[in-house]
Amino acid sequence: MRLELRPHIPVWLTLLAPLLAVTLALLSCSVLILWTGSPVVTAYGALIQGAVGSGFALTETLTRAIPLMLTGLGVAVCFQAKLWNIGAEGQFYAGALAATLLGTGGVPVPEPLLLPLLLLAGWMAGGLLLWIPAWLKTQLQVDEVVTTLLLNFVVLLLVSYLLEGPLRDPLALGWPQAAPVLEAAVLPKLIPRSRLHAGLILAVVAALAVWGWQRLTIWGFEMRAVGANPVAARFFGIPVPQVILYTSLVGGGLAGLAGVCELTGLKGYLTLDLSPGFGYTGIVVAMLGQLHPLGVVAAAIFVAGIYVGADSMGRVLGVSSYLADVMVAAALLWLLVCLCLIRYRLRWE
Amino acid sequence: MFEVWGVVTAASFWVATLRIGTPLLLGTLGELLCERAGVLNLGIEGIMTLGAMAGWLVVYQGADLWTGVACAALLGAGLGLLHSLLTVRLGVSQHVTGIGITLLSTNLAYFVYRMALPQVTSPPKITPFSPWPVPGLSQLPWLGETLFTQPPLTYLSLLLVPTMAYVLYRTPLGLALRMVGENPAAAYAQGIPVYGVRTGAVMVGSALMAMAGAFLTLSAFDAFFFNIVNGRGWICIALVIFAGWDPWRALGGALLFGGLDALQVRLQQIWGRQIPYQFFLMLPYGLSIVALVLVARHAKAPRALLIPFRARERV
Amino acid sequence: MNPSPRSELGSELALQVQGISKRFGELLANDRIDLTVKVGEIVAILGENGAGKTTLMNILFGHYLPDQGQVRVFGQPLTLGSPAAALAAGLGMVHQHVLLAENLSVLDNVILGTEPLWQLWSARAQARSKLMHLATELGLDIPADALVGSLSVGERQRVEILKVLYRGARILILDEPTAVLTPPEVEQLFATLRRMVERGLSILLISHKLQEVMAVSDRVVVLRQGRVVLSTPTATTTTTALAAAMVGHQIPALVRDPQGRGEVVLELQGVSGGGLREVSLRVHRGEIVGIAGVAGNGQTALVDVLCGGRRPEQGGMRLAGQVLRFWTPQLLIQKGVARIPEDRQGTGLIGSLSLWENWLGGRYREQPFCRWGLLRRQVIEQQAAAALARFEVRGHQGSVRAPAQVLSGGNQQKVILARELFRDPQLIVAHQPTQGLDVGAVAYVHGQLLAARQGGAGILLISEDLDELLSLADRIGVLYRGRLSEPIAREQATRTALGLQMAGQGYAS
Repeated sequence: MRLELRPHIPVWLTLLAPLLAVTLALLSCSVLILWTGSPVVTAYGALIQGAVGSGFALTETLTRAIPLMLTGLGVAVCFQAKLWNIGAEGQFYAGALAATLLGTGGVPVPEPLLLPLLLLAGWMAGGLLLWIPAWLKTQLQVDEVVTTLLLNFVVLLLVSYLLEGPLRDPLALGWPQAAPVLEAAVLPKLIPRSRLHAGLILAVVAALAVWGWQRLTIWGFEMRAVGANPVAARFFGIPVPQVILYTSLVGGGLAGLAGVCELTGLKGYLTLDLSPGFGYTGIVVAMLGQLHPLGVVAAAIFVAGIYVGADSMGRVLGVSSYLADVMVAAALLWLLVCLCLIRYRLRWE
Repeated sequence: MFEVWGVVTAASFWVATLRIGTPLLLGTLGELLCERAGVLNLGIEGIMTLGAMAGWLVVYQGADLWTGVACAALLGAGLGLLHSLLTVRLGVSQHVTGIGITLLSTNLAYFVYRMALPQVTSPPKITPFSPWPVPGLSQLPWLGETLFTQPPLTYLSLLLVPTMAYVLYRTPLGLALRMVGENPAAAYAQGIPVYGVRTGAVMVGSALMAMAGAFLTLSAFDAFFFNIVNGRGWICIALVIFAGWDPWRALGGALLFGGLDALQVRLQQIWGRQIPYQFFLMLPYGLSIVALVLVARHAKAPRALLIPFRARERV
Repeated sequence: MNPSPRSELGSELALQVQGISKRFGELLANDRIDLTVKVGEIVAILGENGAGKTTLMNILFGHYLPDQGQVRVFGQPLTLGSPAAALAAGLGMVHQHVLLAENLSVLDNVILGTEPLWQLWSARAQARSKLMHLATELGLDIPADALVGSLSVGERQRVEILKVLYRGARILILDEPTAVLTPPEVEQLFATLRRMVERGLSILLISHKLQEVMAVSDRVVVLRQGRVVLSTPTATTTTTALAAAMVGHQIPALVRDPQGRGEVVLELQGVSGGGLREVSLRVHRGEIVGIAGVAGNGQTALVDVLCGGRRPEQGGMRLAGQVLRFWTPQLLIQKGVARIPEDRQGTGLIGSLSLWENWLGGRYREQPFCRWGLLRRQVIEQQAAAALARFEVRGHQGSVRAPAQVLSGGNQQKVILARELFRDPQLIVAHQPTQGLDVGAVAYVHGQLLAARQGGAGILLISEDLDELLSLADRIGVLYRGRLSEPIAREQATRTALGLQMAGQGYAS
């Protein structure tokens, strides 16, 4: 077997790849559903029904998509510049933590300024958390994959300490959780009697902004060049370390923003289970969206649909909702296969 | 400080060091094997989780402990095969594939656990491996208590260090494996089946990772619970770099980290009042980062690490 | 290696290539090639870049599968497409770029693949003595336990030859073996080759250097555009006849107008670091200074210093009289230094980016390409299209949005020229600018360099090709182990003198 580079890749093939990958993932996961003894067609019917079957289901899917869009964007921006950021989970919590520190009344801020301030602070916190491994990478050649991964655990333990110590809400009946953010800091609801909040607008605007930024500005050009070939980029006259550093601020910042949105738009207060792995799922979302900002938005909605649908499938059929995570991971692996087969032609000899 | 000295010299501290170090050692050796052949395996965290679950579940269903270990290893090898199909045969990103495998196998482990035991609230227990005192040697003062009264998987992992060093440095297969990780084109030109060697290394390495997971549920603890691996896989990856891709130094690194972790638990008892326990728990992660920073400059990774090999492709 | 008497010469066929064809997309790389090598014979395959030599070698050695034809080794048909089969049949290939692992020892590299993979031990002591025996027999001195990374290029090639012989190869294929050697090392290699055929081996030598082919081979086969155009005993032919067969048409001689040089544009004073040792050099406007030398003697470091990629540990640099204080590629681009790198695909272009992006390169912050941080795509694409047209870039169907990797090597080099020469640089640093290009592209690049010289630019031409230097440069210096000799005028320079300097004569150790 041999792989041969295709000279031209039609756009429709590129668009087809994620759809094909998800289909293959659903097919391979039907083995698991069969194993639990549930009928596959009914199960997937329940999944689709739960994801998009009603107005409420749709708002739930979109709500779940918000943090995924932002973490996905954060990962996509970094991967585009070949900065392997596997730390979006930590950056998510860093953002949420910053918002908790400033938004629960401890710091006096005029009300109209509070929400913008929280968003900014979350951005900075996430960005700085990724800036550290990026700095270590550019200055000391420390592999960023491992450092970003390990920092996830450090941040989670720090949050755990703060929730049990200084930030613990005395009114929370002993649960380790922080005080809720002030009323002025809460993101408004988009649709009454649903959980869908203005974070959606924020995430879509962020995606459009990243898109424009990558396509139109000189910084986007720098990032593309560094991602494609750092040595050549350096001789083009592009300051490679700086590019990686500001990429980290943008990418980490977007993941931090996800934390702020989830906190101020949905949960209201910080707990240790604010994220059921949004940072890691963000990697899948970024890849399914093929690192394109608008692709990330679509992929986030898709993946969120699987999660929300799987939740309701679980309620109907008693299948554990971990199945959704398995499906999403399988989709990622299938996507890699599909993308490879799009770029290369298989030759059997 | 006097208290710390007392802790470090106690035999129980060294027993704990070996207990904590064993999965780190198995995982590190597994990752080392993969990376020596030129393949980064970020699936380690998930493979360990699935190995832990599978080994435990098999034993819980009534099989004996060794069957559990074997099942875990087989499953690990299967995941290694999946990883190498994508990264070795198709040559797709090793980073993303590894993360995908971690996500897949972690969640698969949780899913299967949930579906196999839907009713239970507290994790059910099995009877784990008990220590095997080595006849004669276990009677030695201090050493007998620490080194020669260990569970069998610990002996196995310790024996694996010289075995792997011998295979890597002293056999044709080990030479082929190192060459495939340094310059696959050269190996290919010498008639070495590059895909085969890489795939084999990743499969065996992944089997070791799964055994590391199985050690957690079948030897160190007696049950499977969520987040049981808790970043140990990532620490193993840091340890491989720290060890400079050498089995003997991997042993040193695993013992060092095991020791620090054991120490951390004991220091909690001494200073737990003044310092919150979370900071003690951060130690292994923080120290891994420090270790990486210390060795990064001199790290001599296999040349072809992360680079897919494509035979007969025209550039 | 069984020594067989020289008298057998001509009686036994070692290698027969019969009607081999191979097509890559549009390109017919090999067209029904026939070829024989007898036992104890050195056959040279001569041809320009792109004539199909390397494709043929890769087919013989199992790296590519031919579309048609067959190969016989000592009369037996060879299973094509398998390196293992080629090795087993007694074919051994010495690659142009040596295929060795630098982090492993010489012995490791040699014995790889010679023992069964599942054998539980490795007979290293025996292997070492067998290797040393082979080495002494051929007069090749090699430290068996040294890391390959610590050896010189010539030594690595010896390891490569030993590696092949160790495995019992009876037919050796050498692909451009002299490309990286100094003239004395070339002599040594040829002596080794002669000793080898005397012991009954057969050799297939691939080259594009006429003199070498004439010096060492028994027979010559000339390839052009994938076809055998001439096959003759070396004794009955001449360099002129071979050259005509190789090129197929007369190449117009370079027009090189005499002209006076202008003021100094580049001055290096005692630059050290990165392998360079106290390099001092002046380049004037309107002249080409050639730097000869075998790769690995500091060329890359010199280019890096001049292009801002490396700050020297000692010494200074003046550009047009101004002392340089900061070393970044960006600054030197602004100061009018153009870089034509050795490694087109690695550091010259970014293959996956579009042509307009590659053409833009480091100028993205400048007027009129950028405004308020935004790239002005229309302006850039227009200018890029015009520039690429002016530099005769072909193969992108007129679209500057095509990725650079779709172009052929020659056209990629033209894109680099279009980027670097577009703004009339005051200094051009050209490192192996014609490596791997076909005849037409070489002539084009040379023409552009001479035109830039005419236009008043100072040019530093770093090349391993003495012919190129002797035909283009006004003055020629030699780089050896990081030291640069005082450049001498072209009229006084001879191949022999430069060759000796390249081998280290006249340098303080």
